Amino acid sequence: MSEAALTRREWLLSERPDSRLQARLGRAYQSWLRFSANRLALAGLLIILLLVFVAAFADLLSPYSPIVGDLRGSRLMPPGPGHWLGTDDQGRDILSRIIHGSRITLYVVLLVAIIAAPIGLAVGAVAGYAGGLLDVVLMRITDIFLAFPKLILALAFVAALGPGIENAVLAIAITSWPPYARIARAETLTVRSSDYIAAVALMGASPSRIVLRHIMPLCISSLIVRVTLDMAGIILTAAGLGFLGLGAQPPLPEWGAMIASGRRFILDQWWVAAAPGAAILIVSLGFNLLGDGLRDALDPRGSER
Amino acid sequence: MTPALGIMGLTVAYDRHKALDRISLEVEQGQSFGLVGESGSGKSTLLKAITGLAPVEAGTISVDGSKLGRSREKAFYRKVQMVFQDPYGSLHPRQTVDRLLLEPLAVHGFADSEARINRALDEVGLGSGFRFRYPHQLSGGQRQRVAIARALILEPSILLLDEPTSALDASVQAEVLNLLEQVRRDRGLTFLMVSHDLAIITHMCERLMVMQNGEEVERLDASDLAARRVSRDYTRNLLVASAGFVRAP
Repeated sequence: MSEAALTRREWLLSERPDSRLQARLGRAYQSWLRFSANRLALAGLLIILLLVFVAAFADLLSPYSPIVGDLRGSRLMPPGPGHWLGTDDQGRDILSRIIHGSRITLYVVLLVAIIAAPIGLAVGAVAGYAGGLLDVVLMRITDIFLAFPKLILALAFVAALGPGIENAVLAIAITSWPPYARIARAETLTVRSSDYIAAVALMGASPSRIVLRHIMPLCISSLIVRVTLDMAGIILTAAGLGFLGLGAQPPLPEWGAMIASGRRFILDQWWVAAAPGAAILIVSLGFNLLGDGLRDALDPRGSER
Repeated sequence: MTPALGIMGLTVAYDRHKALDRISLEVEQGQSFGLVGESGSGKSTLLKAITGLAPVEAGTISVDGSKLGRSREKAFYRKVQMVFQDPYGSLHPRQTVDRLLLEPLAVHGFADSEARINRALDEVGLGSGFRFRYPHQLSGGQRQRVAIARALILEPSILLLDEPTSALDASVQAEVLNLLEQVRRDRGLTFLMVSHDLAIITHMCERLMVMQNGEEVERLDASDLAARRVSRDYTRNLLVASAGFVRAP
């Protein structure tokens, strides 16, 4: 058993791989070794995996319905056996609501990342590589978006689009791409005049091919790190919109909206607001730890150059 | 006979600063032509101008008798390829040797890429064991061999060499120069080689041009240089400088 594991490790770390697959896996394995050496990063990864697990099996894990409560018998009950995190003013089990709320959180975070990161990457890489007028136009548009405070701009967009979780996602995505465009442009500027990009140009590769296949892959690792670190901010913005009543609408168990509804009795029934607050805190912390670990593992200025 | 590479009155200017001033030269098919001069003399700019990376103000460049326009077509890159000075900077840090060699084949739509990559690696003396390595797993000399393989894989007829060995240490320099000499003989390539090292130019090239401040100083045969039959003071100074430091008596 241990011998087989050893040879697999040797195969992955081989200095002369025999196939494309082995070279790629070996590279991924080395990143994983760097990543897993960082205990805190592993803790972050564990938190995020737990979040994914809870979201996937929410129906099985939650003891009660997240939407229908028992108004007669169990309003605002303190944490205890039966209701581990207590119940809210509608008699709904808070643990069940938090478990189901993890789905909404994950949905918001993933959709924002999927929409905002590619937009930022494309705008930044094209602006950086093309230069000249196109660069000026694209970057001034980016500056305009950056000039507004994020939450205020998101508020304005939601107000225009109408409240709801989908519109909140759109609003957050529209406000969060500009920093990614800046990062991608900065990375592009450092590599665009390098010899290896000139060498690709001298093979007759078109500008779009150079940007897509040679420049963007170099920007991606720093972008992944930034997006992961931003995810905590995205969760907080979504919760903020939910808190202001512009994000998820009742009776959806969105964490920010849950804090908002618990605000009214925060002094007497603290657990109604504290439980979703703790959930936001833990998940945000998880994403931050993961992002820090990824930065160390993926940093191209690490040992590889 | 039309020359493989012909340059007539080429002028390149960056913001009114003339990096090249009315340079003319002709290189015959299969010949090796050297460009010598101190830093900033415009020799690398000349290579850049040929590849279309420098702003040409006046003059013409022609390859196999046909004039080049402002932009380069794909067919041009099949004929003319370049090897860069710094092998640590000219290979993409995130691509395996395989990807690096596949890219030119993919751009030009070659079908038999598998066989070509293996043949190119064999030709530069690396073998298939190096195929899936990343540049950071290679030494400087091995990297420069990969860069040469990449330049040769499109089977060009003209190779531009921008100080191909100045970033390598002496023993590796000789290996790479011998490799270049061998592929030139095997394929009948035309070389245009830039160097500040007169010994390398004397060894590799039949004819050479000495440049200073973007202008031609004089044109020589390699045998003239070896026998020190030079007419201009600037060239004489270069010869003295390349002989190394001499202890004062």
